[in-house]
Amino acid sequence: MNKLSKENYIFDIEPDKYIDLEGYRAMGGFSALKKALENEPSVSIEEIKKSGLRGRGGAAFPTGIKLEMVRKNEETKRYIVCNADEGEPGTFKDRFIMRHLPYQLIEGIAIAAYMVGASKGYIYVRHEYPEVQLKLRESLEALKNAGLLGNNIMGTGFSLDLHIFSGAGSYLCGEETALLSSIEGRKGRPRVKPPYPTQSGLWGKPTLINNVETLANIPRIIEKGADWYASLGTENSSGTKLISLSGDVNNRGIAEVPFGITFAEIIEQFGGGPLPRRSVKAVNIGGASGVLVPPEMLDTPLDYNKCAEVGITIGSGAIFVLDDTRSIIKNVQNRVKFFLHESCGKCTPCREGLRQIDGIVEDFLEEKAAKSDIESLERYAVTMQQASFCGLGQAAGNSLVSSLVHYRKEYEEACVNDTDDVEKKA
Amino acid sequence: MQTVQINLNGRDVVVNEDLSILEAAKANGIRIPSLCNHTDQDVKANCRVCVVEVEGVRNLVASCSTKVAEGMKIRTDSPRVRSAVRTVVELILADHPQECLTCIRNGTCELQELSQRLGISNVRGRKRHDKLPIDDSTNVLVRDPNKCIKCGRCVEACNNIQQVGILFTHYRSTDVQITPEYGKSLSEVACVLCGQCVLACPVGAIYEKDNTAEVWDVIGDPKKHVVVQVAPAVRVSIAEEFGMPPGSISTLKMFSALRMLGFDRVFDTNFSADLTIMEEGNELLHRIQNGGVLPMITSCSPGWIKYIEHYYPEMLPHVSSCKSPQQMFGAVAKTYYAEKSGVPAEDICVVSIMPCTAKKYEAARPEMNDSGFQDVDIVLTTREFGRMIKQAGIEFDDLPDSEPDSPLGKSTGAAALFGATGGVMEAALRTVYEVVTGETLEKMEFEDVRGFEGIKSASVNLAGQNVNVAVSHGLSNAKQMMEMIKSGEGDYTFIEVMCCPGGCIGGGGQPYGTTTDIRKKRIESIYEVDRNMPIRKSHENPEIKEIYEYFLIAPLGEKSHKLLHTKYTDRKNLTAK
Amino acid sequence: MGITNIYNIIEPKDMNKNALLQILLSVQDADPRNYVSEENINQIAQMLNVSRSRVYTTASFYSEISLKPRGFHLIRVCSNAPCENDGKAEILKTIEKTLGITIGETTKDEFFTLESVNCLGACYMSPAIKIDDQVYGNLTPKETIGILKNIMEADKHE
Ligand SMILES: Cc1cc2nc3c(=O)[nH]c(=O)nc-3n(C[C@H](O)[C@H](O)[C@H](O)COP(=O)(O)O)c2cc1C
Ligand code: SF4
Ligand code: SF4
Ligand code: SF4
Ligand code: SF4
Ligand code: FES
Ligand code: FES
Repeated sequence: MNKLSKENYIFDIEPDKYIDLEGYRAMGGFSALKKALENEPSVSIEEIKKSGLRGRGGAAFPTGIKLEMVRKNEETKRYIVCNADEGEPGTFKDRFIMRHLPYQLIEGIAIAAYMVGASKGYIYVRHEYPEVQLKLRESLEALKNAGLLGNNIMGTGFSLDLHIFSGAGSYLCGEETALLSSIEGRKGRPRVKPPYPTQSGLWGKPTLINNVETLANIPRIIEKGADWYASLGTENSSGTKLISLSGDVNNRGIAEVPFGITFAEIIEQFGGGPLPRRSVKAVNIGGASGVLVPPEMLDTPLDYNKCAEVGITIGSGAIFVLDDTRSIIKNVQNRVKFFLHESCGKCTPCREGLRQIDGIVEDFLEEKAAKSDIESLERYAVTMQQASFCGLGQAAGNSLVSSLVHYRKEYEEACVNDTDDVEKKA
Repeated sequence: MQTVQINLNGRDVVVNEDLSILEAAKANGIRIPSLCNHTDQDVKANCRVCVVEVEGVRNLVASCSTKVAEGMKIRTDSPRVRSAVRTVVELILADHPQECLTCIRNGTCELQELSQRLGISNVRGRKRHDKLPIDDSTNVLVRDPNKCIKCGRCVEACNNIQQVGILFTHYRSTDVQITPEYGKSLSEVACVLCGQCVLACPVGAIYEKDNTAEVWDVIGDPKKHVVVQVAPAVRVSIAEEFGMPPGSISTLKMFSALRMLGFDRVFDTNFSADLTIMEEGNELLHRIQNGGVLPMITSCSPGWIKYIEHYYPEMLPHVSSCKSPQQMFGAVAKTYYAEKSGVPAEDICVVSIMPCTAKKYEAARPEMNDSGFQDVDIVLTTREFGRMIKQAGIEFDDLPDSEPDSPLGKSTGAAALFGATGGVMEAALRTVYEVVTGETLEKMEFEDVRGFEGIKSASVNLAGQNVNVAVSHGLSNAKQMMEMIKSGEGDYTFIEVMCCPGGCIGGGGQPYGTTTDIRKKRIESIYEVDRNMPIRKSHENPEIKEIYEYFLIAPLGEKSHKLLHTKYTDRKNLTAK
Repeated sequence: MGITNIYNIIEPKDMNKNALLQILLSVQDADPRNYVSEENINQIAQMLNVSRSRVYTTASFYSEISLKPRGFHLIRVCSNAPCENDGKAEILKTIEKTLGITIGETTKDEFFTLESVNCLGACYMSPAIKIDDQVYGNLTPKETIGILKNIMEADKHE
């Protein structure tokens, strides 16, 4: 059940194989677009809704519903934006798609644009991926020349003007409203929601924003049908997921797995397990904003609801394995430093909370921490989760909080004394 | 109006559906803490001290940015909320110098008030050690970035209300700084020193340079003959400094206070406002009759003058050459009054009390010395004036009434109007009408130029000729007006521009807590002052008649030209290459 | 250096406020010192008819935009956990020793600038670094020295 047969791959996974336009068309590429364009947009939207596809960018919002919200908006000037900012550390699946299967992504964007009635769109690619930007630019050119993009696509009267927009080094710009601000020439700070981008997005117009992987799923769903797609995963998590596997395993890289597989299975089947004579100590799921999961919880299946029940955030689908040689606190520190660098500084809990946490974690590593510092860490992290403005601050404490639950001993052992030593920092 | 029922801390209440949770709670007797929120500004939702619990929502929500909804169950008092709010405030305080006792905002600071309300007695968390340099490069404003809580209110004031674009939030994370580009000081950029950022700031991170000590010094100096002038807008706002309701009129108490503070002569800028009308009205007629540059634009607002010098220098020929009332006062105080009183000009020290921060800059302009000395020596804002009264231990409420001194103390209703947007226009029209037509103006109120709209216009019939006039307040509107003129849109003869929203009553030196509502109340009071004046037209002011008869001879005459008119400078260099 | 003729790199029709971020990136790319100079910030502000501070607020937010002159080659060392756990510190130390600079610095000959960067999407070959547009993975200190030497050699022959 947990093995995906080759014909059920959404993504043709062969490392280092690039599929060009000819190759993609030979695989049946752009037949889905053709099929979609032959029907009313609502037909395809229904199909996506039925498929149960959920956003792969982190929040797992049902894609069909999002499409419908944009479609139904009274304002007819609408935009489509593909979120290719992939900033979540340990995640490289969007890069993989864009390097190896750019045409499948663009076909997905075109179908989605048709579904929501957008005639202009952007692919927002992070600046750290110059080779991806190049590849996409070439692909857009090739498609325009082939009449598959631009004006009057396939003679149907549908047009899509699609551009590459480069990020400039901000993890937060992956957050949808920050991303929109960035396209509008401003700094990448998030905006107050509501209004959501589906109501008031780019330049105040209804905008569909989806992750690369989400959009790249669409052609296969339209082509093979919602029922087939839904049959691949579990009841509330249909289809497959690209996993970015890294860390202390024998094989690292991209794996396409059906929902329902357990994390332990992924690590064994695709990762080949831990290195010789080592054991898994913790698994970080969902990138820097994800949690640290102890080995005993790895039997949890990859399933949005089941994971949520036990506090695992699937997020971008990054799985980063730490073996028994690793220090949990050091790894938490790496994340804290990451967020401290990427916080936009707008809101107090995130900006100031991270500053405090960073100092305290450093004390733990320098063996200067007191027991009371554990309580402080908890208080700051929880306040960040509860009171921050955007998803960055709300998630920035995840690895810390989970480490305090599952690996509290490591913190306790690192404390030097029991005195409530507040003064020393004053 | 649609309403919804919500449950607030266990109590069912019905509220307007457009309200935020913060507003709905306020309407029902619960003041949720807030810092970044400002009634006149966009919702920023960045301080997070206003978080509350909403049933069914996983995280806490910011009450300022969340609208109420039918059936919403809200708790502002749960342990979860209390702990989060307290932690957020502590986080702010840990990043904040604890200098309340010596801080200019001691007693008016929103952060201090919040800390007191929450009973914070111990700020946990590490302090920041790196002290950032204080910007006191101008003689007007001081920026202390160490006290900044990054609320963004000044940014909105500077960029949306004024559209000057000096203050922005730069960098990110713990490096964020609200400064001009490259951390430059205000003197290195084209800041107009309007002080609207000061009014917006909840804490002591931007404030006026306090000159009260210098005033105490000159008052205490027996060799100095210290005369004071006080601007039209101050009489409808100073009472707020002593807890009286916004818009309270305290003209005569104010004169008593000045006397008690020890000024040798208590005069009135309203006198020189009438003088300005005489000069400016005649300049307008002169330009109309002699094919001068039109539209003519008013020149009494120094923030506006600095703005046009930086941003639209090519439009400077449109600006009236008249000095502002403050500067006209200084120039005649050290000449006409010196002569008349026999006090040598070098011994006279002119202090002015202004609703404006930019007036400090204006007084220090090198060209403002036509009396042979710096015409105006020290400028205080309304807030500094309030501080002096408090320092002197004067109970403002109990003060008796008293009149200003002669010969620079009498004024008209027209002069009082200078404090409100549209007022200079109205005052000028009253005089120009009578001069041109030779008839008595029956209805003195020009309703079309009153009110809070950003740009107002009117058409006035002057002896059979229709003259179009326009009025704008707030620099964003001034900018729009300039673009209109440049594009040839709107055929105006005379334009009044005020730098600050609402005019001087909304100036950057006015009491903290100035909002649009309060501005409107002050404007109403300005109109009341005008209505109650026995004389309401500048040219009928007897002291004005006197100064022309014995000293100036005639408007636009040789003396006027020397003392009451000025030139402007192209300052484009700071805004463009 | 400093002032770029912006119309040589950006079409006048694309010169609008919304394009600010792309303008900044293009100006940086066109500058031999790989940064956006104050003169260029001022020039962009004038062309877009916005204040300098408005341009600076965008420019100073993004970590891939430099406001300081940089070297001819940009070396970026990935600093996130997968790379850190796999020996990032040694790679960094090697580069620092070889070039005599630390993070944020530029060599005296203005050849190299060393920076840290967030995950390059190359965690399957951690530790990874990026030199200009090229990503290098599975690095050892010895290989790192080799790569740097090759670049220096290649530059010499230019
Ligand atoms: C801090 C932060 C960073 C994010 N980064 C990304 C990202 O790099 N790529 C992405 O697709 N979504 C990212 N998201 C999620 C987006 O906000 C948004 O939910 C997503 O693009 C929607 O697409 P989907 O429905 O296809 O998932 C991020 C969210 C947050 C809060
Ligand atoms: S949580 Fe606040 S400070 Fe952090 S990134 Fe979001 S808005 Fe910025
Ligand atoms: S700004 Fe407010 S809290 Fe800060 S020192 Fe001044 S009075 Fe105290
Ligand atoms: S004084 Fe006026 S122009 Fe200067 S920074 Fe403040 S708001 Fe902006
Ligand atoms: S200076 Fe004042 S108004 Fe401006 S951000 Fe700082 S605290 Fe807020
Ligand atoms: S008042 Fe609501 S976040 Fe500041
Ligand atoms: S963590 Fe270094 S490339 Fe991803």
